[in-house]
Amino acid sequence: MKIIDKKELIRKDPLRITQLRIIAPLIAQKARPGQFVVVIPTATGERIPLTIVESDKETGTITLIFQHAGYSTGKLGELGIGETVFSLAGPLGTPTQIKKFGRILIIGGGVGIAEVYPVTRALKHIGNQITTIIGARSQDLFILRKELQGLSDEFFATTDDGSTGEKGLVTDVLLRLLEKNHNNTPYHLAYAVGPVAMMKKVTEITERYSLKTIVSLNALMVDATGMCGCCRVTVDKETKFACIDGPEFDAHLVDWDELFQRSKMYEKKEKHICNLQRIADSGKRIE
Amino acid sequence: MKETIHPQEIAPQQRIKDFNEVVGLYTEEEALAEAARCLQCKNPTCSEGCPVGIDIKKFIFQITRKEYAQAYLTIRQKNNFPSICGRVCPAEYQCRRACVLTKKGEPFASKNAINIHFLERFLGDYGIKNTIDVPIRQQEHLKRCKVAVVGSGPAGLCCAGELARQGVQVTVFESLHRAGGVLCYGIPPFRLPVDILDVEIEYIKKLGVEIITDSIIGQIKTIPDLWDEGYSAIFLGLGAGVPTFLGIPGENLCNVYSANEFLTRVNLMNAYKFPHYATPVNIGKQMVVIGGGNTAMDAARVALRLQSIAGYAPSVKILYRRTEIEMPARRLEIHHAREEGIQFEFLTQPVAFKGSQGYIEKAICQRCELGVPDSSGRRRPLAIAGSEFEIPCEGAILAVGLKANQVLLRVTPELSTDTHGDITVDPDSMQTSIPGVYAGGDIVGGEGTVIEAMGMAKKAARAILEYLKK
Repeated sequence: MKIIDKKELIRKDPLRITQLRIIAPLIAQKARPGQFVVVIPTATGERIPLTIVESDKETGTITLIFQHAGYSTGKLGELGIGETVFSLAGPLGTPTQIKKFGRILIIGGGVGIAEVYPVTRALKHIGNQITTIIGARSQDLFILRKELQGLSDEFFATTDDGSTGEKGLVTDVLLRLLEKNHNNTPYHLAYAVGPVAMMKKVTEITERYSLKTIVSLNALMVDATGMCGCCRVTVDKETKFACIDGPEFDAHLVDWDELFQRSKMYEKKEKHICNLQRIADSGKRIE
Repeated sequence: MKETIHPQEIAPQQRIKDFNEVVGLYTEEEALAEAARCLQCKNPTCSEGCPVGIDIKKFIFQITRKEYAQAYLTIRQKNNFPSICGRVCPAEYQCRRACVLTKKGEPFASKNAINIHFLERFLGDYGIKNTIDVPIRQQEHLKRCKVAVVGSGPAGLCCAGELARQGVQVTVFESLHRAGGVLCYGIPPFRLPVDILDVEIEYIKKLGVEIITDSIIGQIKTIPDLWDEGYSAIFLGLGAGVPTFLGIPGENLCNVYSANEFLTRVNLMNAYKFPHYATPVNIGKQMVVIGGGNTAMDAARVALRLQSIAGYAPSVKILYRRTEIEMPARRLEIHHAREEGIQFEFLTQPVAFKGSQGYIEKAICQRCELGVPDSSGRRRPLAIAGSEFEIPCEGAILAVGLKANQVLLRVTPELSTDTHGDITVDPDSMQTSIPGVYAGGDIVGGEGTVIEAMGMAKKAARAILEYLKK
């Protein structure tokens, strides 16, 4: 559980994305693409679910990439090389089905790009043809761009400001690719991870073209072993637990609005604890 | 006959401000006076009411002789955790109901019945305070045997302790970051203080048991992996932790919680100390809790304390579809809940939750009447048509039952389960359908009590010792 490597992939306030490599031989041994771990940064911390981006059986390490999205991920980002996370459990969740589908569209947005990466690698490795579309706000806000490009037969990057790749959203490219082959999509599967709004938009588009789409959901979780139901999502009108039934589901069956609402459940508390932290930090600076 | 002696309690208005233990410990005088009330029946019935058959008459007699250490050991012969059971056992349905002072045919103990549980706790805490060690008989031939215990709840800890005392090398695998299972995530500290649980866990470790937390068996290791690692037998104390939902509209609105989530946030993750602890929990000015068991009482009393800490006037309603007499909760918890200001709406069930912007605002409820008894022997509640009414609430907690934990079962199809999804075992040995794999606790019987789980664990431990001889 010791951190042996740390990289600040992006530090352009307010966006910060950090990569940690942590010693966890047993998890590294068992982890499969699509699975996640639960990390508690410090003794007073929360349980944070994070995708296993890479696992190396030989060195017994796993790699995690996360955005400093709130208080707890911020705390995790404060830990340095040589320090130990308070708790680390996994691998959790049902692994991705890795088999030969044919042509696969991979869509990643924001820090979701870190989550599509291990899946893309496995799907490519088994012989699928990969078309990747990733998006960020600006050219210097991409993670794993080179790595994903290297795995892709076709590759598209979009930015909100047009500073690199195409100006626009990943869903613009997706729509164009699907429109091009109207009624006769050459793709056999889409796999998308990103903000809920992005995944919802992807779903709306691929549904029109009857393209089977898998998404990995970042529902809020506590124990992440099926014991609390915090992560419940409605899939095909049935309540499922993202932690053990997922985190991947058929995108066309997910109740996106409910997921979006539930993901906001602690916004007020989050704001409060972040404000307190900011006050504490500014106090430190004055000293 | 003298009046029963009740230990001191923190006054309701005081105790709802924090999570400190409500019920105090008997003083020596109180324990002696209560023990003196015992009739020392020639043919005592109380022990028959105890799932592990503690010699109650004997330990009470030893208290009257002030032989506290011996009395402690009398309990320890049958019960590994008297401090815990003395606090959480539903004694009024068990030993106290079987006490000769309980009137015949009563659904639970009469008020006059001996307070066996308070005496047990008195001795349990005495044993801890004076570090009375139970004789250990480690057998040479067992020291080479390794046994894996999955789950560190009451069943797992008990089985581990039983085996370790005989010399077996035991490793306990716990999926959460803290040991204790439901004793840790489920039961609030005002009923079972964390330090009492810690003492019991430390004791188990002192016996040589290794407890590995953050270790989710079924994900990080499977049963075949454990055989490969040289374990000769496995005990599964997986527990029943999967919350049941009602399947009614609006159940996934924000601030509708399963009791397990609500209690885990507060008990395990210390959400009541937010923001010092980072895990949040949302508490509304008006809360409803659905259910009639101990979990419902715990959730309601936790909610009330959180309201009090947040500066709200306490407003928690328990909705139960039967009446008070059918509530499976401990009578003491119902009493404490009522004293603290929790309101009860009996013969009431929610049929939907409604809200706006994704957050719950009210529970749509229906009145019920009781029909003929169902499979549980309790009269079945029947909804009264046209009786719908609304209860405004900013939060709802569902405490309507728990099912078997799934993670290991899903990857172990060879493990036979019943229609409820619980593991099936040979009732004499607690052996599962896989030779060398035993099970006990809620994963076998469904939701039960701590002492029942321990009873099964002890039986399994005996069978495992036999199995290891072979």
